[in-house]
Amino acid sequence: MSKKTTAAEEKEYSTLNLGPTHPATHGIFQNVLKMDGEIIHDAQPTIGYIHRAFEKLAERRPYAQITPITDRLNYCSSPINNMGWHTTVEKLLGVEMPKRADYHRVIIMELSRIADHIICNTIIGQDTGATTGFLYLFQWREYIYEIFEAICGARLTTNISRIGGFDREWSKQTWDKINDFMNRFPAALDEFSRMLERNKIFMDRTINCGPISAERALAYSFTGPNLRAAGVDYDVRVASPYSSYEDFDFIIPVGTAGDTYDRFMVRQEEMRQSFKIIQQAIKNMPSGAMHADVPDFFLPPKDQVYNNMEALIYHFKIVMGETDIPAGEVYHCVEGGNGELGFYLISDGGRTPFRLHFRRPCFIYYQAYPEMIKGAMLSDAIITMSSMNVIAGELDA
Amino acid sequence: MSKETLDLVHQKLNEHVHGAIISAELNFNFPSFTVQHDRVHAVLKFLKEDADLNFHFLTDLTGMQTTDEKHLGVIYHLHNMQRNMRVRIKTFFDINKPEVPTATDLWDGANWMERETYDFFGVRFKGHPDLRRILNVDEMDIYPLRKEYPLEDQTRDDKDDYKFGR
Repeated sequence: MSKKTTAAEEKEYSTLNLGPTHPATHGIFQNVLKMDGEIIHDAQPTIGYIHRAFEKLAERRPYAQITPITDRLNYCSSPINNMGWHTTVEKLLGVEMPKRADYHRVIIMELSRIADHIICNTIIGQDTGATTGFLYLFQWREYIYEIFEAICGARLTTNISRIGGFDREWSKQTWDKINDFMNRFPAALDEFSRMLERNKIFMDRTINCGPISAERALAYSFTGPNLRAAGVDYDVRVASPYSSYEDFDFIIPVGTAGDTYDRFMVRQEEMRQSFKIIQQAIKNMPSGAMHADVPDFFLPPKDQVYNNMEALIYHFKIVMGETDIPAGEVYHCVEGGNGELGFYLISDGGRTPFRLHFRRPCFIYYQAYPEMIKGAMLSDAIITMSSMNVIAGELDA
Repeated sequence: MSKETLDLVHQKLNEHVHGAIISAELNFNFPSFTVQHDRVHAVLKFLKEDADLNFHFLTDLTGMQTTDEKHLGVIYHLHNMQRNMRVRIKTFFDINKPEVPTATDLWDGANWMERETYDFFGVRFKGHPDLRRILNVDEMDIYPLRKEYPLEDQTRDDKDDYKFGR
């Protein structure tokens, strides 16, 4: 006698490979979806397509040569990663940073936060069908990259600043560009806000799409805008200030529902707050040195290298990476574009780290993705992923 | 603040999880405890569930190998956001018997972090729901972050230290 089956039990699911090179996933991610028509029943993410063994590489590299590795974590905001690494080493060395260098760093970090959020938010627009905003705001991201180029010569993988501060004062051209940006960016951002923030189509599309509660977000170790969108006001810049963030007055925006719309709105407001921080940094820029007194890590000026023996010795020691670091164990974190970017560094006193671990916010919160898209439509899965701002470089290390 | 956190956590752990702590120290103002590897789950559970300590957030979980290359370690970074306290829990065990209880029952976020640690160090997390490699290919048969696998081909001699005056 055959057992009677209900319609639900007879249902067959179809399997759909979303990725690894799907144009809508903005990076190399694979998700094997179990679909019931248009509805996602289950998802199985596969990651590691661009794994480059950074933690192993770091064990062979002198400290200054690890900075280019950090560039390639979250490549949408490389300067934050660079500064995070530099402040980690400075913490281990016990360096007293001059305020002027700190403020310059804050300007760069907040500019890259704006660039990072521009990418994320305009792409949410793009994925909901609003290409105009994407193209319109992208020229400002381009402008920020030009500022980076004026400071350090590189655009995407910046390798900006040094352990101990900056190599030189910023040029007049750099400041002209920054001032121009400060004058013209708010109008562009407002126009972008007007286009999407209260747009009925956009709101219908994103509200209640890929939500996560504060409890679940904390259980999954969310940080950054995604956690704040769920309503938890945790920001590393306030909780454990680094690089003189305690001097600045800014607000941490929080959402309530943790859905795509809240994540979008939190990033929008963070751009405005970042802008406010840059304004304060420019206005209250202290005078003084651009770098700390760490001759072991700071390349001496060229005229001294050619005429002064100590400077020549330091020059070679730094270039060849022959500086030993005191033994110690340090955890340092900065507020990256995606959340708490941590550096767990164990030094055994040699010229390279004994062990270096990157706490990559993307890697940690992406594991909640299947839970967030379960029961949603396929097209919701796409914008949920864009709004989480999953960056393949940071995900795969 | 951090010294107080160290003392508070030390005292509480001694009271409630007897004999689990091997050592306690303050590293760059960061309270750090080394605990017995078979008691680590009890320690984490207590730290998470104690109303006063309330280390509700798992910031980071990673592995390491000791300098003598005979032991592996797992390092947990916990965070209490309300009181802004952080604590580091370390545990070490024999490299030939790399087993430690999973923390996935306490934090869902531990899932991929433990898979990563397994992938790179071969630490087996007992009770983990899906302990597979995550970043490396499934067919890989080594644990690449262990010190026995040097980064470069060791038969090369063009990078010998003496040629660089080291």
